[in-house]
Amino acid sequence: MQNGNDPRKHTIAVLVENKFGVLSRVAGLFSARGYNIESLSVGETLDPSVSRMTLVVRGDEFVIEQVTKQLHKLIDVIKVTDLTDESHVEREMVLIRVNAEPSNRAEILRTADIFRARVVDVTPVSFVLEATGDEGKLEALIELLRPMGIQELVRTGKVAIARGPKTRVRRVEPPRKPRVTDDPKVVGFAD
Amino acid sequence: MRMPGARIVLECLKRQGVDLIFGLPGGAVLPIYDALYDFKGLRHILVRQEAAAGHAAEGYARTSGRVGVCLVTSGPAATNLVTALQDAMMDSIPIVAFTGQVPTHLIGNDAFQEADNVGITRPCTKHNFLVKDGNDLGPIIREAFHIASTGRPGPVHVDLPKDILVKEWDLIWPDQVHMRSYNPNYEGHPGQIKRAAKLLARAKQPVLYVGGGVISADASAELRELAELGQFPVTQTLMGLGSFPMEHPLSLDMLGMHGSYYANMAVHHSDVLVAVGARFDDRVTGRVDAFAPNAEIVHIDIDPSSISKNIKVGVPIVGDCRRVLVKLVEALREELRDESPPTVREARRQWAALIAQWKRDFPFQYEWSDDVVKPQYVVQEISNATGGEAFIVTGVGQHQMWAAQYYKFKHPRMWCTSGGLGTMGYGLPTAMGVQAANPGKLVINIDGDGSFQMNSQELATCFTEGLPVKTVIINNSGHGMVRQWQRIIYKERYCAIDLPGIPDWVRLAEAYGCVGLRVTKPSELVPAIEKMISTPAPVVLDVCVDKDECVFPMVPAGGANTDMILALPTRDVRDKAAKSQTGF
Repeated sequence: MQNGNDPRKHTIAVLVENKFGVLSRVAGLFSARGYNIESLSVGETLDPSVSRMTLVVRGDEFVIEQVTKQLHKLIDVIKVTDLTDESHVEREMVLIRVNAEPSNRAEILRTADIFRARVVDVTPVSFVLEATGDEGKLEALIELLRPMGIQELVRTGKVAIARGPKTRVRRVEPPRKPRVTDDPKVVGFAD
Repeated sequence: MRMPGARIVLECLKRQGVDLIFGLPGGAVLPIYDALYDFKGLRHILVRQEAAAGHAAEGYARTSGRVGVCLVTSGPAATNLVTALQDAMMDSIPIVAFTGQVPTHLIGNDAFQEADNVGITRPCTKHNFLVKDGNDLGPIIREAFHIASTGRPGPVHVDLPKDILVKEWDLIWPDQVHMRSYNPNYEGHPGQIKRAAKLLARAKQPVLYVGGGVISADASAELRELAELGQFPVTQTLMGLGSFPMEHPLSLDMLGMHGSYYANMAVHHSDVLVAVGARFDDRVTGRVDAFAPNAEIVHIDIDPSSISKNIKVGVPIVGDCRRVLVKLVEALREELRDESPPTVREARRQWAALIAQWKRDFPFQYEWSDDVVKPQYVVQEISNATGGEAFIVTGVGQHQMWAAQYYKFKHPRMWCTSGGLGTMGYGLPTAMGVQAANPGKLVINIDGDGSFQMNSQELATCFTEGLPVKTVIINNSGHGMVRQWQRIIYKERYCAIDLPGIPDWVRLAEAYGCVGLRVTKPSELVPAIEKMISTPAPVVLDVCVDKDECVFPMVPAGGANTDMILALPTRDVRDKAAKSQTGF
């Protein structure tokens, strides 16, 4: 089989039964067939019996076609969607602990401000920054912080969702009565 | 109704219509064997090694069209079973395998005879289950059989912790299986079927290339209808043998690495190639960029991931082979209502003549000898003696290819061989399963001396369970296929291939209570085969054959199908083959 086009990154959303062993079925498929996962994130959906995985895979059209078919062949996989060529939003979060010498502190805070990153921990010698965005934005932030000395860095892997009105929510939930425990401060928490 | 988990397992099997299981007991499944003690309506066949239980279930499934079942204990039993599971996986054979597991509170504790069974079998089953709650036993077993037998069939494994088997639970047996994540598509797309029919109606050099899917879908009659309607030549894969009668004038026999010259040439020169329930395996295609270079390819398969996996396909049709063929025959009949243009008719006439020419010039052939038995002759005589009406099982190696080339297959579901995985030792245990599924019928295991040795302990099972399997050992005192490759491709540097006459198969057979026969001269063969067939007990017929005989034709791995070697090659050809194979 000749490769029709060049490899590129694809973002694939996979709805799976929320059962034990599903993650290893998916991961095992990739290792068994020699495909590479660049990132993978998993979480419950509105329906607690369904989990959603967001996979970032690099491959040409032929590889991606096989990846989606093989994923779909797994018994616990409900739905596979390649979001790459659909209109969608992708986000990833990164936590960065960076050296914060007195001479750099102001610069780091300015940079954080430009990238709408938040400082979530401060010590006399370091900051921990939390930033959210697409891959390009996070890469740019990391590059700018690198000269200051990044001590440690952790990324969540990408999550992605199609833009409206198309939606991948499997059912519409009835409006929920506000509970007393609902903290109004939490609403609108996300920027 | 509350009962112990072990009893629930047996009740579920009974409700599923299972009447026969192959198994071997051990610590973790003792509760099931205790429940089996006075359970009515379920025959248990005690095998001697766990892989044999899996293979026997495969033989049962392939020839009966029902799901084969095996039951073994935890740890080493489960790991022994893995080979059979992967074998069933690659050849799409529906079996359900039960294994024992240590009690749930000990899982992950490195307990005695513990292994991560579901972790180990995950990549070699269609699906697997670990039962963690006894109330799930019924629904899980129901789903296991559903998954194994629907869509593209395959093995399903259910792991049963011992405490689940001991405690009492409610027997829950759902009327129907509904799975939101598993809904195989059976009906082919009508538009695609119409496209395929149009292509076939206008084809000048059409070929049908059919595989095991035709047998799994019980589509042989429909295939024959299509072939005869359009007068299309049919070639079968190793797994597809029997789906189309070999003596039919349209049959091109097997294609691929050791397929017929005419099949490979016909496929290579075809302009429309219709693959039905076949998966363009590397043993069929040879070098993929040289496979059927001018053909428009139609691919009918139940498994979407088989389509365009190895070869780019123009007209994919996802669906059940039988249902799609029924529709395709209708559509083609519609297309053929108007008489085809004279150019097409003339081209078809020439195509038929060309194929007839290839068939005449390059049939399967070997050199006869009066002194030493030629292995091909053994298969021919078995074919003659049985008239194509026996169940044939093989091991893996040269004898397997000779069986595929020289036996005249007539009916589907009468041929079992390890095609995808190439599992040596597959023959005897599988034949046992075939015999158990078809009591009173003639089951012949054509095996090699190397392959047979990997599971010869099952002669004991054959004897004690009254399974009169006939084994013919094509005995060339070595690993013949390896020898052949070392001879042709590795410059006769023979290494680790000799099995010099040990054991004495006749005495081994007798030691197991079976009948042993031996043939060393061609003249003794036919009487020995007749004696074997008329003996009511299990028989081992040891035929000492020419050890230098090679399987031809042969496409060296990595070569194109047109690079076929028809006879022992000259040094030049050998060097070329060595280069394409080993890269130096």
